Amino acid sequence: MIIESWVLVLLQVLLYAALAPLLTGWIRKVKARLQNRRGASIFQPYRELYKLFTKEARMAHTASILYRAAPYIVFVATWLAASAIPLVATGLPTAAIADVIVIAGLLGLARFFLALAGMDVGTAFGGMGASREMLVSALAEPAMLMAMFTLAMTAHTTNLSSMVDYQMASGNILRPSYMFALAGLMLVAIAETGRIPVDNPATHLELTMIHEAMILEYSGRHLALMEWAAQLKLMLYGTLLANIFFPWGIALKADMPSLGIGLLLVMIKLAVLGIVLAAGESVLAKMRVFRVPAFLNLAFLLALLGLLSHVILEVGS
Amino acid sequence: MSLDHLSLLEQLMLVLAAIALFTSFILLEQARLVASIHAFAWQGALAAAVTTVVAASGGHTHLYFSAVLTLCLKALLIPWMLHRLVRKLELDRQIEPLRHPALVIMFAVALVIFSYWLVLPMVQQELVFTRNIVAVSLAIVLIGLLMMVVRQQAVVQVLGFMSMENGLFLAAVSATGGMPLVVELGVAFDVLVAMVLFGVFFFQIRESIDSLNVDRLNRLTERTEEER
Amino acid sequence: MTTHPALVLAGLSIGFALASSAISIAALWMPRVLRMVAMPLIALSGLSATAAGLLIMIHGGVSTFELPLGLPWLPWHIRIDALSGFFFCVIGVVSFAVGVYGPGYIRSFENGRDSLPALGGFTGLFLVGMLLVVLADDAFLFMVAWEVMSLSSYFLVAFHHDNAANRRAAFLYLLMAHIGGLAILLGFGVLASFGNGFAFDAMRGAHLSFVWASVTFALVFIGFGMKAGLVPLHAWLPEAHPVAPSHISALMSGVMLKVAVYGFIRVVFDLIGQFHWQWGVVILTIGSISAIMGVLFAMMQSDLKRLLAYSSVENLGIIFVGLGLSILFLGTGQMALGALAFVAALYHTINHALFKSLLFLGAGAILHSANEHNMEKMGGLLRRMPWTGGFFLIGCISISALPPFNGFVSEWLTFQAALQSWQLESGVLRSLVPISAAILALTGALVAATFVKVYGVSFLGQARSRPVRRARLVPLSMRYGQGILALLCVFLGVLPTSVLELINVVPLQLMGHGLVHATSQGWLWLTPISPQTASYGAFLVAVALVAALILGLWFFGRGIRRTRRCDAWDCGFAPPVPSMQYTATAFAQPFRRVFGLLFHINEGVERQNDGRQRYSLSMKDRTWNIFYAPVARAVEAASRRVTRLQSGNVRIYLGWSLATLLLLLWVIA
Repeated sequence: MIIESWVLVLLQVLLYAALAPLLTGWIRKVKARLQNRRGASIFQPYRELYKLFTKEARMAHTASILYRAAPYIVFVATWLAASAIPLVATGLPTAAIADVIVIAGLLGLARFFLALAGMDVGTAFGGMGASREMLVSALAEPAMLMAMFTLAMTAHTTNLSSMVDYQMASGNILRPSYMFALAGLMLVAIAETGRIPVDNPATHLELTMIHEAMILEYSGRHLALMEWAAQLKLMLYGTLLANIFFPWGIALKADMPSLGIGLLLVMIKLAVLGIVLAAGESVLAKMRVFRVPAFLNLAFLLALLGLLSHVILEVGS
Repeated sequence: MSLDHLSLLEQLMLVLAAIALFTSFILLEQARLVASIHAFAWQGALAAAVTTVVAASGGHTHLYFSAVLTLCLKALLIPWMLHRLVRKLELDRQIEPLRHPALVIMFAVALVIFSYWLVLPMVQQELVFTRNIVAVSLAIVLIGLLMMVVRQQAVVQVLGFMSMENGLFLAAVSATGGMPLVVELGVAFDVLVAMVLFGVFFFQIRESIDSLNVDRLNRLTERTEEER
Repeated sequence: MTTHPALVLAGLSIGFALASSAISIAALWMPRVLRMVAMPLIALSGLSATAAGLLIMIHGGVSTFELPLGLPWLPWHIRIDALSGFFFCVIGVVSFAVGVYGPGYIRSFENGRDSLPALGGFTGLFLVGMLLVVLADDAFLFMVAWEVMSLSSYFLVAFHHDNAANRRAAFLYLLMAHIGGLAILLGFGVLASFGNGFAFDAMRGAHLSFVWASVTFALVFIGFGMKAGLVPLHAWLPEAHPVAPSHISALMSGVMLKVAVYGFIRVVFDLIGQFHWQWGVVILTIGSISAIMGVLFAMMQSDLKRLLAYSSVENLGIIFVGLGLSILFLGTGQMALGALAFVAALYHTINHALFKSLLFLGAGAILHSANEHNMEKMGGLLRRMPWTGGFFLIGCISISALPPFNGFVSEWLTFQAALQSWQLESGVLRSLVPISAAILALTGALVAATFVKVYGVSFLGQARSRPVRRARLVPLSMRYGQGILALLCVFLGVLPTSVLELINVVPLQLMGHGLVHATSQGWLWLTPISPQTASYGAFLVAVALVAALILGLWFFGRGIRRTRRCDAWDCGFAPPVPSMQYTATAFAQPFRRVFGLLFHINEGVERQNDGRQRYSLSMKDRTWNIFYAPVARAVEAASRRVTRLQSGNVRIYLGWSLATLLLLLWVIA
């Protein structure tokens, strides 16, 4: 039994790393179709990662050892955070390592080292990216934690596995607080993963980049790890939104049919979220940097309204 | 009282009330005039939806009529009239941003918590469900009044006034199962007449003080002082 | 009562500190004695204080003693219990590290003009004062020790007294310390009059009505809050801490502020003994405001030590948020949750002592090596001072509350306590507590941004000035001092369950409740409420990260896969020059833009006579205009009116004497 659950853990962890580039490829493909192009195949990110891993890694004369260490820390911290979110099954041992706040902390650690790596080489681009990234994350943090608090106040736990179990056990209930928390978390996810309208993941113009500016100097396997970590982060947020708010289909037992159904359903849910994200990116334009605080304040307001709906409308007494 | 004891329709009512509160926040903060009118239209539509749900769950048939009336008046007719007015006054591209949006939103949230605290003493068991929606409606009324205080544009002030009326309507529908039909029709007619009068007045104001900024109305006192 | 060995150790630590102070007088003739004898004595004092604290916490009892000093009818009582023991550990650990760091740092003062006996003497006295405050069991000894602590730190702040700004900062510090001391004395006065005695035991037995308890609470909150640096009474902190020598700044920020927290806990939780949720709301509000304002001020600074001082304001705000939550829960009858919030506050206390001292010692190292405290002139120090850079990085990650270091554990515990607010009955409180938790989250994210700025501008990139480009390595003793604190940061972050088991005895003694389930799953998992509610496997996270680093840096980076050096890419522009890098001011610009309303910012570009443009930026603390300036003006106006009494005429003075004599005779009759 113990060995089975650890095998499941290994499976889930490897699935996260393996499926993350697929999600990115799918989003790019849908965006391309919406813009009337054919677009690259959905497996293109895998080919890009492979190409980068085989290339040589270089570092500037002015960079220090932190520059070399950062990609590994960023990747492993993001991977650890992702592995605590139930993907195909709940009740795994790794779910006890990290609850929602630890996940936010691990993502914060990844961001800290990413920003420091940006400042390490001593160029203006890196500093600019670091400064903007820390601003966006500082304003997104209260919104995300407030949304998580709303969920935790209902489920009386911050452990994600227990939250999913609670949601499955309580049946079909319409909760206004969950709706607002979902809306707030979607906006936060867009900001944190650096998608339009907050940041453009495909740009290299200095006025428009946040994430790209910090990893500008990286090459070879270091760049591959940073890109992979960004894709993992997108999958992390997608799984969070899909499995916490719409958890139906997650395997509660550890047998093959439930796992298979769980995997299939989560892939469908992520595909739908990908289509929504791609549609949003095609319709909206990127905002200028100083409009982002207004965007994140809207996210915080939504999360706060979720909390107030919970206190006023749902609990009542 | 907890959520799983309520029927699906009652849960839907809670959801709609919460979204109505969200629209009042949007009204408070939206800088573009045309978008504000659309937000007000959505608030009216939500009020009509709540009326329909109350009618369906409680079996009050006269409320269906009230819902249709609200939808036509608040969600369609009045926004159309305002839209026409705005186009005639050539205001449709005007933007009027709030000066300290963070402070205003914080105060609005405090108003929501305050209105919840106000209705807490109604602790009878059957009333708990409706009491919570009354808290939300009271918050909508107070936020509408706050909107009239912080915004300067005259058309937006009208929207604030209308949104106060929306909040009162929501409270009446959820707490007492609707007002008598005669009262409904009377109130609706009053609101319509008020709209027409507002339209006439806006042209007058703009002619005399050359702008629709309510703060500039104090120019009228300066003129009387000059006359002395 | 038999004297517990912990009490003996405590006395020993005070003895060592006094000896260090006394022997510093010899520095008049032999400057080296400060380095060789006085500082090691401070380290020994710290070591015995830590031992005393650990002993009493493991043992869990209480031990008191009456000293043959003091007034005849009011002898001095000392007492050591779990709370005192905890704070003894805090003081002891930091003093030990400072004692180890001191010899290397003081060497640069030996050839200077400032008085060495003063430095050594007052450092020892400062430590004695702090230790006695924690030991005191009656109001008299408490106030005497408090005054010793304030006065000796005043002389230390005014150590470099050639500079007029330093003298002004020291004066402000002295003034506010005494106003705070007066408030505390008045608080003790109320308690003593109800308890009929100045001993703490008498005060514990006093029965106060709600009004009088609230009056005492308000007085004590103002007094200790002023010493702890809560907004709006914080103005002295960013002036006084930066100008003191760096190891003293570490002691002041790391330890003295905690002694204020100790005083507050002792009076409110122990002596007053009642808990009202209204007090909790007040403390929660002021703590949240201090946290957010402190970090915003810190973000705007470019002087390293001033930034660290403002960051202390922020961390004290977080500690008081934890204490406020605790009083809120205890006041509404939720004893277990009150204990949780209290433990979170205590954990943050020791965490802040550790990482703030580490950061100040690092700032001192930079000052020693490169003679620079303005971040705009630093850069690239990681390659010149690798050990200091590594330890400073640990300090930065800890203060930003990121796993797997210690700052994260206390922040996590505070959030868990706040999240349990669904158990409160009042709906208004249930919505207010998450809002303050959201402010705490914003604060945490802003702290991370601030310390990315600090580390990125000072240690990474290229050096922006010549002295920094030629910075030397720091002496061994300074490295060891920082290393001890860094190691403890790692230890408290990776093994939180063991530490919590130790701290748990403090709330058990104070309020009768502790954390029941905290270690129920073994030493690997931290489960403060229950395993299903929340758990954190700190050790596993640390192991995963270390494994990743070893694999990546060592295993995958050898031989043919070595990273080759080249010029920076920089989008193909010319090779970057040091002045092209982001400065600290530039990094903070987005934050200035978003949060600018809270400050008085004057930014401008003007054209000068020779055709060049000049950019100027000045920021002022708004509390000066709102709070301090009006008070100062009112005091001056009142004193001007009083000086009218001094008319200069002898007969009028005699008339005043006659009037007073008549009044006194009438009163006696």
